[in-house]
Amino acid sequence: MTDHTPVTQDELHAFVDGELPADRRDAVEAWLASHPEDAALVHAWRAQAEAIRARYAGVADEPVPARLQVERIARNGSRWRTIAAAAAVAAFIIGGVAGWMARGASAAATPDSVELFTADALAAHRLYIGEVRHPIEVGATEAHLLPWLSRRVGTSVRAPDWNAFDFKLLGGRLLPGPSGPAALFMYENANGERVTLYCSKLSAESSGFRFNANDKFAAIRWVESGYGYVVSGPADKPRLKNLARAAYEQMENRAAPPGNRSSVDQLMSRRGS
Amino acid sequence: MSGFHQGIQASVPALRRYARALTRNAETADDLVQDTLVRALRSEHLFHGGDIRSWLFTILTNLNRNRLRSLARRPPATSLADDDAADLAGPEAGGRDIERALAMLVDEQRHALLLVVLEGLSYREVAEVQGVPIGTVMSRLARARAQIKAYLDGERPALRRIK
Repeated sequence: MTDHTPVTQDELHAFVDGELPADRRDAVEAWLASHPEDAALVHAWRAQAEAIRARYAGVADEPVPARLQVERIARNGSRWRTIAAAAAVAAFIIGGVAGWMARGASAAATPDSVELFTADALAAHRLYIGEVRHPIEVGATEAHLLPWLSRRVGTSVRAPDWNAFDFKLLGGRLLPGPSGPAALFMYENANGERVTLYCSKLSAESSGFRFNANDKFAAIRWVESGYGYVVSGPADKPRLKNLARAAYEQMENRAAPPGNRSSVDQLMSRRGS
Repeated sequence: MSGFHQGIQASVPALRRYARALTRNAETADDLVQDTLVRALRSEHLFHGGDIRSWLFTILTNLNRNRLRSLARRPPATSLADDDAADLAGPEAGGRDIERALAMLVDEQRHALLLVVLEGLSYREVAEVQGVPIGTVMSRLARARAQIKAYLDGERPALRRIK
């Protein structure tokens, strides 16, 4: 008995890729026999696949260069594992003190200066997450990382502990910000995804979390006591929100999100698209 | 060598193949593979079983996306002359057509198509690698195939006319 349900484009792809359930194979073959246009499509897709394999399959047979030998990398890389493990500890020990209050945060800034600030943070994020070898300036294990950035930024800067989200601190760097030196901390998870926290002086009124996103990146920012903070990462709002909340709670040593005791979701107002 | 290390080493040829098709440059591809291996070894404690090859493909795919994002800030400067001598020895015109067609895809589509067609991953595995539902993988595949077909259909008659 052949199933005569019309064949969809998805089924044609699944047929080509060997993903079609066995009980639909006969139906698709019968369909192709009577629908030459679909048969031509399937033929074209198979030809594409063959061309791709013909072009690249041979790479897997090339001798593997020494720099891609796992044992060799493991020997050189043991230093890195020590750094990753120590990073969590360092982030915990230093900066356990509650936030520093800006005195006389004068000159109320326009919303534009906050937008500019966020744009700078996102630009730094975009630039440095692509750096494979030198994403950071000072590694997480170096004891002077936080004291140095704190001194330059002008407040006790703390790198949040995001181990609960599988993000490990790689380290940080100092950057020129729109209203003074800015600290950028970079984190990475096991899948190679990176998130950053950007922090600098910002004379603007304290504000709750705000979400900015395009199709690839997203940022959550807030302003507290004369300092602005931006958490940037892949465009995954719930996850970024959890990271931002954890950072805020650890930094300010309190449980409620900024400005309000209600849920963070209510504080998030969508900007852009 | 530990089982974990052996599993990674055994995946290196496939990682190199995937990376070469993604980057079209042997040096860049091996850089990408090396960074993938460094990260995998560093994250051994985070690997809780499962398919090690899929996990490595996930890392490499994310690293490549990071790389493309930082490149995207520079003006596009694609040279048709391949700077890779090894590739010049490879198959001729047919190979070049498919290379250029792949280069025109957006990276999510290229990742999905190559993982399915070149690396033989199932739709489900690709969905996990890309962190999206299976339906999204299928629509990426469909768009990739449609674009490649349009490119190849448009190119061939033009080449014939020149001849």
